[in-house]
Amino acid sequence: MSNGMSMAPAIDTTRLTRHFGALVAVDALTIAVPASTIFGLLGPNGAGKSTTIKMLTTLLAPTSGSAHVAGADIVRDAPRVRERIGYVPQMLSADGELSGYENLLISAKLHHVVSAERQTRIEQALAFMGLTEAASALVRTYSGGMIRRLEIAQAMLHRPAVLFLDEPTVGLDPVARRVVQDHIREVRRESGTTVVMTTHDMDEADELCDTLAIMHHGRVSATGSPASLKATVGSEATLDDVFIHFSGGTLDEGGGYRDVVRTRRTARRLG
Amino acid sequence: MLSAPAARPGVWANAGAAAHFVGDTLTIAEADWRKLRHDPVELLVRAVQPALWLVVFGQVFGRIRDIPTGAISYRDFLTPGVLAQSGLFVAIFYGISAIWERDLGVLQKYMASPVSRVALVLGKGLSAGVRGVSQGVIVFLLSIFLRVDLRFELGAMVGVLAAIVLASAVFATLSLIVSCLVKTRERMMGIGQVLTMPLFFASNAIYPVDLMPGWLRVISAINPLTYQVDALRSLMIVGGTSVHGLGIDFAVLAGFLALFVAIGSRLYPSLVA
Ligand SMILES: Nc1ncnc2c1ncn2[C@@H]1O[C@H](COP(=O)(O)OP(=O)(O)O)[C@@H](O)[C@H]1O
Ligand SMILES: [Mg+2]
Repeated sequence: MSNGMSMAPAIDTTRLTRHFGALVAVDALTIAVPASTIFGLLGPNGAGKSTTIKMLTTLLAPTSGSAHVAGADIVRDAPRVRERIGYVPQMLSADGELSGYENLLISAKLHHVVSAERQTRIEQALAFMGLTEAASALVRTYSGGMIRRLEIAQAMLHRPAVLFLDEPTVGLDPVARRVVQDHIREVRRESGTTVVMTTHDMDEADELCDTLAIMHHGRVSATGSPASLKATVGSEATLDDVFIHFSGGTLDEGGGYRDVVRTRRTARRLG
Repeated sequence: MLSAPAARPGVWANAGAAAHFVGDTLTIAEADWRKLRHDPVELLVRAVQPALWLVVFGQVFGRIRDIPTGAISYRDFLTPGVLAQSGLFVAIFYGISAIWERDLGVLQKYMASPVSRVALVLGKGLSAGVRGVSQGVIVFLLSIFLRVDLRFELGAMVGVLAAIVLASAVFATLSLIVSCLVKTRERMMGIGQVLTMPLFFASNAIYPVDLMPGWLRVISAINPLTYQVDALRSLMIVGGTSVHGLGIDFAVLAGFLALFVAIGSRLYPSLVA
């Protein structure tokens, strides 16, 4: 990226905070995400990853603090943010009662892709995601990996500046997971789109992300590249060690019943 | 496949907000229409209830000579009421699909798109209108078969369609508001059931308002269904008359819709928060 624009961070947050009653789900989060990078929010269930994404995608108002996404303020300029982002929620959210093609068509229309461009983009997206054959089948007949690829394609049709992926590979079998990861890499490589993804999978974070923020109980306990985080902890450290070091626990710790149920439900749908 | 995000070619940068608004509303309805096309059996199943009302209820109550239905027979009087009711029963449960879409994550994606909240809500209303019209066509065919004295004039039929779309949108947006308040499908199911009966019985759908006790007449007068049925009766039936006048009927329905869309579009985002 040579133009000056892309040097500005795609996202910056200042003490971004969200309370749910007495619970502080996200606690004074301050991060900057350089444009055209893959940024990972890493943390156990209940750490506040989804809540962060919901605020950055304008679905949830912050209790305090501020954030800019693709140059627009998430509170004062929410409509502009929505024009510039793509979002794939944690649940499998493609519409099962519609075909893959129809899901893409509706997304393209809702994101105001001009009609002259629509068919070409949809066909390219289907080909890119390896879904051309399945395009006219109802999405409820798709596998979890196919649905995820379709959803990423949906979220990219309007060429967003920032793509948000909330636990894109949770519940997928290893092969499907690998395919989805490859596509995330490809998306960034081909479009220069900034990708913000959440995961609780160390290996995935290590392989995919340029920069990581480790979240625990709503706070960022460490940020940096996977390599630099490992170096901080020790020369032989794996990202698992980094995680344990910065969160003072294991992945299985943290997260209430509600989170566990939600993750299971997602996993079931992915089946 | 993908080009530089900074340029964003092919996106309507400067087109009017009004064009987006209309387009978005139609797209939301289109998604629903496409689902309906994939599963047309649902429509046929839903036709059973109005058929029973017309055939069984209509036949039996038609024998009571004392029901003052004016110049028209009781069967002809009942038909617009059953048509309106069949649309009501579909639209009033629309909030359940809103919650379902929230649980699936579909709604989250809509909410993170540039579509305005008003267009999202109005689009849902319009979807209900499309379903209402499909139901209406079935009841219409049924009543031809039952030799109801229908008006086959183009203008009147357009009026019938408008009344169905408008009223379905009113009940669907009402349902959407309730779903934003109760937030779970189970509760919404219960409340839908609690709402349908008063809306149906405290209206002019199956008997004239004149037969009602005073308190029921008051409820009937603030019940959107009454105005829909009133309009349908004069637009569908030969010799049928509108008590309030078509102008009032449509104005009341449009007023309810504007109110419910305004409230609904404020509450809708809270479903995904
Ligand atoms: N709508 C909500 N109401 C109340 N509590 C919530 C809500 N959403 C999330 N939480 C709580 O906030 C915390 C962070 O949740 P979340 O952001 O979903 O975590 P993660 O995505 O990292 O698993 C959890 O304790 C969760 O139970
Ligand atoms: Mg989450």
